[in-house]
Amino acid sequence: MRLTYLQKILWAAAALASLAFGAWQFAGARAPSGVDEAPFRPTFALPDAEGQMRTPADFAGKYLLVFFGFTNCPDVCPTTLAEVAQIMDDLGAQSVEVQPLFISIDPERDRALGLAEFTAAFHPSIIGLAGEGAQTRAAANSFHIFFEREDDVTAPDGYSMSHSPALYLIGPDGDWLRQFTYGTPAAEILDDLQSRL
Amino acid sequence: MKLLVFTALILTLASPTLACETVTSGEMAIENAWSRATIGANRPAVFYVAITNAGSSDDALIGIATPAASMPMLHQTVVNEGIASMPHAMSIPIAAGQSVQLAPGGYHGMLMGLTEALKVGGNFPMTLTFQNAGDVTINVEVLSIRAEGPDCETDGQ
Repeated sequence: MRLTYLQKILWAAAALASLAFGAWQFAGARAPSGVDEAPFRPTFALPDAEGQMRTPADFAGKYLLVFFGFTNCPDVCPTTLAEVAQIMDDLGAQSVEVQPLFISIDPERDRALGLAEFTAAFHPSIIGLAGEGAQTRAAANSFHIFFEREDDVTAPDGYSMSHSPALYLIGPDGDWLRQFTYGTPAAEILDDLQSRL
Repeated sequence: MKLLVFTALILTLASPTLACETVTSGEMAIENAWSRATIGANRPAVFYVAITNAGSSDDALIGIATPAASMPMLHQTVVNEGIASMPHAMSIPIAAGQSVQLAPGGYHGMLMGLTEALKVGGNFPMTLTFQNAGDVTINVEVLSIRAEGPDCETDGQ
């Protein structure tokens, strides 16, 4: 009898543990969606194309639309920046409340190729940031995003970059609001922004 | 001011026609061939196109060549668990009766070693090599760096 009782307890504990694990997994998969969690405030300290150090405090009061990419990227990055440009145009007068940022994950090469002319070709409002390796890694970690240099003998300079291609939305108080996964139509992002402005 | 003029120029010039033409060769129909303008010649350009295989046997796109770039390659953007990477595509299968799009976020040509910057409104030839259908040369229209595709009346969706 006593064994059965113990078994019951063990089974209950196992069930509880798997439930907790499931809940943790679920929460983990959703993080950092941020709505019902403590405020998550990603940060960065990176120089812009003119060498001026920029941090989230510089943009307090504005929504930040943040993309991590590299200027040598022929497909994903131009496609996303073209979307951002369209969104900024469509926002019209409200666009002053939104600051798009392009954070280089390939900063050394991007500075050499020209960061400002790249962002300006898409939209004059986009600010490009390119720091040193450690600053870049710190910013990416803060946003919980991934990037990695991949050696590829067929790529320009022998390497390419793999990276998280989403757009991240930060609120006027610096709180993480949400991400827009790669390929989210510009109209959907525009709707979301307009509902907040 | 310079930026405004540049933007206005891009907007007024973005009235594609070439990209909407269909080139047919045997059972292959090729349309929506376009590229994005580049800033200078040091960054790789991109090449997008739609290919329809109207035949009854499978084929594959196995290579691209153009005088506009010394090293054009086929690539595929793959987003896996939230990470985008861009592996080289050895060949792009085009099954019998199917259409395949080289389009933003998927298969695309990566044009490395540009001969010169690609300018909005310009065009350049591109030779597509198919495993069975052989070579087909088309003209690629250069759209704005901001373009998301040619604005055709009846595009080949």
